[in-house]
Amino acid sequence: MSENQNPQGPSRDVARHDGDGTVAQTDRFVDPGVPEHHPRLADVDPKAAKRNERIIALLFAISCLGTIGSVVAYFAVRPDGTTPGVRMSTVLLGVAIAVSLFGIGFAAVHWAKTLMSAKEYTEERHSSSSSEEVRGAVQQQFKDGLEDSGIARRPVLKGAVVSALALFPLTIAVPLVSSVGGDWNVGSFRHTIWKKGTRLAYDPSGRLIKASDLTVGSVAHVIPDVPAEERESHEWITEKSKAVVLLVRMDPRDHKRDHREGASYDGIVAYSKICTHVGCPVALYEQQTHHLLCPCHQSTFDVADGAKVVFGPAKRPLPQLPITVDDEGYLVAEDDFNEPIGPSYWERLK
Amino acid sequence: MKALAARRHHRLAPVVLLLLALLVTGGVYAALAPSPAQADTASTADIETGKKLFQANCATCHGPNAEGTTEAPSLVGVGAAAVDFQVSTGRMPMQMNGPQAEAKPRQMDEEQTAALAAYVASLGAGPAIPTDEQVDGSKGDPANGMALFRTNCAMCHNAVGAGGALSEGKFAPPLWDTSGRNVYQAMLTGPQSMPVFNDANITPDEKRDIIAFLDEQDQGSAGGLTLGSLGPVSEGLWAWIIGIGLIIGGAVWIGAKSS
Repeated sequence: MSENQNPQGPSRDVARHDGDGTVAQTDRFVDPGVPEHHPRLADVDPKAAKRNERIIALLFAISCLGTIGSVVAYFAVRPDGTTPGVRMSTVLLGVAIAVSLFGIGFAAVHWAKTLMSAKEYTEERHSSSSSEEVRGAVQQQFKDGLEDSGIARRPVLKGAVVSALALFPLTIAVPLVSSVGGDWNVGSFRHTIWKKGTRLAYDPSGRLIKASDLTVGSVAHVIPDVPAEERESHEWITEKSKAVVLLVRMDPRDHKRDHREGASYDGIVAYSKICTHVGCPVALYEQQTHHLLCPCHQSTFDVADGAKVVFGPAKRPLPQLPITVDDEGYLVAEDDFNEPIGPSYWERLK
Repeated sequence: MKALAARRHHRLAPVVLLLLALLVTGGVYAALAPSPAQADTASTADIETGKKLFQANCATCHGPNAEGTTEAPSLVGVGAAAVDFQVSTGRMPMQMNGPQAEAKPRQMDEEQTAALAAYVASLGAGPAIPTDEQVDGSKGDPANGMALFRTNCAMCHNAVGAGGALSEGKFAPPLWDTSGRNVYQAMLTGPQSMPVFNDANITPDEKRDIIAFLDEQDQGSAGGLTLGSLGPVSEGLWAWIIGIGLIIGGAVWIGAKSS
């Protein structure tokens, strides 16, 4: 390491002269080298140095106060279970820890900038490879080792070691791939638990829905009616996420057509809530325009017109659940969806 | 004045002006901002007074007998709850045509609102104004209210009721400053873009649970700054502008030479 000197000297560059095609070296620009060293105020003025020392000491002292403050805050303000109490505790702890850490950081940087050596150093680059002798010796060691193992003369051992090493990764790869892969039965995407006669129920209460309960302009978020204990099961989450339906009652005069012929009942239509784009729950229903918005990518479906796409990236209308009423006046499904709900997948049309 | 004029080229002058402008804007807003509506039940209101008020203020769009025109819907059968919601939040009488009628300082006082509600209720049966008991959030179950809010309301009004955008300039308003009575009436009557959640869908008790859940939101978040509870937009703005700005500032400070 050498101080304040440029190891390269003035830079030389290569330039081509036009016409005769000769190549000549020119000095395109001169390497300015390291800028001239200017002493800082603290280097020449002992008073300034002293002042900076005091500032640094003060910053460290602030950090100490922050640490003490965080310990005090931890014991003095315990989260009492109320929202303002928890907020007070976390905010005080956070502020105290921030003061403590920033105090140390600011003090260290300020120390380095004002009081530590400000001389400019030049560090020269060296070749990073080892010397020829060392490299030769290592190569020889490998060759000797290979010779010693006799692998060239014993092909059985060669095959055995390669097989053992090549097979070992299976012990990790097979369980990993098998458990990551999960359920490969794509047929389950084709159907939901809706079937002929399943009653419609309000989500999340599970109360059944009578057609007469729905006034014009109403929407209801609907799940299939299953026994209450089944709604506690783990499988229910999967089934519910496929079967959720949005039920809308509109003035029959506003209703232009069904996506699935004859699937509505007296202005009441039921559409899958799973977007055909990437499967977000489509549920922002504008009562006046009968438009149904997806919150993720703004796909917009016209519920009055077979839930066809009127805006956004979705490609297909929402699948419609055919509904009717049973003898007691409750809304029931006439069948499952007749197409897979949600976004596209490779096997969808098979 | 002269001393003031002499300093108009001072480098801090724009900052001072900006602060003054902000103060004036804030002051004017605070003076004009709508105050929460409180009205008594309309049981004793005079239907005749209501009819006169209606013909003076509403009939241009809704027709002389509230039968509706091409401009505005019929009010026969919308009930007192719809009138009380629209008029007490200042949405009606409507100021101008737009994507939706927005809440503004109410134009009718409580008596006039009650009279209008009584008149419209007399035209046809419709949902009545809820009682104070029905809209008292302290009697509801906020946990059940959260489950109901998540299923029925959160997609438009945001998970904690901060509001959100709809299509073509329409929006679902924030619910934090909305009175329990107006929240109840909105569910019952489905104003504008909002669908109806009648008592069969969300029972009166469940509506009160939702009000209780919204009341809980007044305490804010336990996690410190909510940035408006608007999710990635305000959080991203904060991280990119303030967070990265501070990091760049720190890097510049560390790299700068001391004088």
